Amino acid sequence: MCTYLTEQIDITGSGKGAAGYFPLTRAMVYVDHPQHAPYEHTVNVDFLNPAQGPSARVAVELTEEGALALIEALRKAIASAPAGLASERQGQPA
Amino acid sequence: MDDRLIAETVTITGADGAELEAYAARPLNSSPRGGVVVIHHMPGYDSSTKEIVRRFAAEGYNAVCPNLYTREAPGAAPDDAAATARSLGGVPDERLVGDVAGAASYLRGLDNANGRIGVIGHCSGGRQAFLAGCSLDLQAAVDCYGAFVTEAVPEGFPMRVGPIGHLAKDLSAPLLGLFGAEDKHPSPEATAELEELLKQAGKEYEFHTFEDAGHAFFAVDRPAYRPQAATEGWKLILDFYARHLATV
Repeated sequence: MCTYLTEQIDITGSGKGAAGYFPLTRAMVYVDHPQHAPYEHTVNVDFLNPAQGPSARVAVELTEEGALALIEALRKAIASAPAGLASERQGQPA
Repeated sequence: MDDRLIAETVTITGADGAELEAYAARPLNSSPRGGVVVIHHMPGYDSSTKEIVRRFAAEGYNAVCPNLYTREAPGAAPDDAAATARSLGGVPDERLVGDVAGAASYLRGLDNANGRIGVIGHCSGGRQAFLAGCSLDLQAAVDCYGAFVTEAVPEGFPMRVGPIGHLAKDLSAPLLGLFGAEDKHPSPEATAELEELLKQAGKEYEFHTFEDAGHAFFAVDRPAYRPQAATEGWKLILDFYARHLATV
């Protein structure tokens, strides 16, 4: 099935795409058919910078297990560092 | 027998006069023949869709697939273009109809055109093929597992699509529907509902639901591929077009 459902959020950071690093401003998450992963459906994450055009994109296609493990790992890594260390206002909690 | 083909990127005029990139394939044989507008699926104007265009040309039809994401993502890779289109809420229905009209007009203008036009789409394109059949003067429409034709759209739905079953009364062409019994969107209940609407409107249609097949069973490069259903499905499509797009 095509879910069409799409979550979109603003983000700040950088990603490495086909043409090298670029600033990231948006992320889009959806459970739908992957382009490449050998599954019917995957959790797809697109890291984007719409101002730089469609090719400013880092695409990730994860299984549900992989996606949930990644969420855990992100939380764990952030929790193990001093609060706010990696926030936009470096050193001050978000 | 002259079986030479040409396949190339062309420019067509879509909705609002927009110039659209399109992939066209046609036999070089000058005898009159029907044309097929191929609507690409949501993952974009990709190599598998272009292969479908060439297949129709090899089967004797003039065929063209407009890049529905030309406006948002000119020149981008198909997957990047699809992501951009998704982030913007997808292709609006009205624009899709105008783009298919432009593709049909391109086909009708070819030297070897017989004036008869079919449309086909898979997945989101299946819904759009039905929409085009209900909005334009066409001679055949093929809906391969198009979702959200009759189904209510889930809450929080960000895409600019809604149910269009009520348009069945306006269908201008015979409709061939190919579905998988294991598909959830469209579910067998949803396709039965569409069938009922077509019946009520007195429209000509043929629906086939394949057992042991789900969504995207035509997609040779995906695990959903079901060789039996896909082979039989192609046969049904070619038979349908042979009956409805033949030179009269």
